[in-house]
Amino acid sequence: METANFTSSLKSSLLTPETALHSFVVEAGEPFVFEILEGQYLRIVDLKGNQAVDTLFYNAKDYTDRYSAQDTIRAQGNIYLTTGTKLLSTEGHVLLEIVADTCGRHDTLGGACAAESNMVRYDLSKRSMHACRQSFLKGIQAWKHGMSKSDLTSNINFFMNVPVTPEGKLTFEDGVSEAGKYVEMRAAMDVLMVISNCPQLNNPCNGYDPTPVQILLWDKHV
Amino acid sequence: MPMSLESTLLFSDTLPGGATWSHVLKRGTALRITDVEGGANVAAYFLNFDNRSERFNLPDTLKAQHTARLREGHVLFSDMGRVLCSITEDTVGWHDPIAGISNASLMEKKYGKTTYQQCRNEWYQNAREGFLIELGKYGMGPRDLHATVNFFSKVVVDDLGGMQYVSGNSPAGSYVELRAEMNVLVLLNTSPHPLDDAPQYAPKPVELSVSRVPMPMRDDRCRTLCPENARGFVLTELYFL
Repeated sequence: METANFTSSLKSSLLTPETALHSFVVEAGEPFVFEILEGQYLRIVDLKGNQAVDTLFYNAKDYTDRYSAQDTIRAQGNIYLTTGTKLLSTEGHVLLEIVADTCGRHDTLGGACAAESNMVRYDLSKRSMHACRQSFLKGIQAWKHGMSKSDLTSNINFFMNVPVTPEGKLTFEDGVSEAGKYVEMRAAMDVLMVISNCPQLNNPCNGYDPTPVQILLWDKHV
Repeated sequence: MPMSLESTLLFSDTLPGGATWSHVLKRGTALRITDVEGGANVAAYFLNFDNRSERFNLPDTLKAQHTARLREGHVLFSDMGRVLCSITEDTVGWHDPIAGISNASLMEKKYGKTTYQQCRNEWYQNAREGFLIELGKYGMGPRDLHATVNFFSKVVVDDLGGMQYVSGNSPAGSYVELRAEMNVLVLLNTSPHPLDDAPQYAPKPVELSVSRVPMPMRDDRCRTLCPENARGFVLTELYFL
């Protein structure tokens, strides 16, 4: 039913994996931190389908200038991210622009799961289950450069479906993504990307089966 | 159950439009914000004053309560699964948690440029700068300002995800009351909502009052709104053991 609503945003890319500069596979439950240079193209591939990829971006020269979910959705007047979305920073810079998207809708209101929020949402006994904010902290601590929890703000959930109704209800629904779907961005400036490939087992955001994703990076000259 | 019969007024003041305010709202007290003239917008941000790395987490607040609007009965969650504040009273029914705050370039684009030199204290202020300056007074900065909420304003989302500002959401005399469940550093700013469609810069004042209020009972409306909130209150009580 909803598919028809956002087919207009569906767009494939002409870039082929063979010409990519880098290719990484990030398993579920792992962080991935990487710098992307201005003009480079970044593709995130949902290899097995229905996998939430929790992602944060920062101005590579100033981590206090970072992705802002609220500024991004307000500027485009729409809560869903797709082809044409400019990912804005807190200082009003365009960090990246989504240039291709075969999924059609990505969330930025649902945030990242945490041991503490799992206790609230599901049960106090869920504290020891793995969660995205565990991975985020591990990733930024390994990256060093003085990053801390204060740098973990509202993120993007690529391939995740969090519909909001006109009455103001917010729910987590089955993913709209399938195996092989991808989202591609062009970096408008040098950015740092921090990913947690979501390990959540308590809701349908990963189809109850977290799976690996692929990160592809092309140079600006291709 | 209204708390007004049992609460003791400690303090009240008027905050003009376009201004920033902060206060450490102690556990066991409540802040009432009253939209005196109607049409006010109050951007708000919250931190645990005793451990400032713990702060308001918008996504955790929305997904725990399955909502993209805030109203009476809802609570504001921190990133640690605890309740910072509860919305114990609310005459409006819809407060915007998704559209964020105004900044200098947005204000200049909408209303034109003003300087203090020309306009003195009538100059156009914006919420982001106001919050950053206020956070600076507590030794914090841009890294510490995360997602915020807008009291008295309404933004609806259509079936395709489109966001629409709804004017006239808050008539004169509307109020919202926030009961602190921890010692909460509350930051408020009364700049216009970033999607306000009024062509003139005309931020509205609000009245602020702080009262001592009873601790929430087992059958507290915010605690019993959903099982998620009940667990949030348990985690908050654990913190104070």
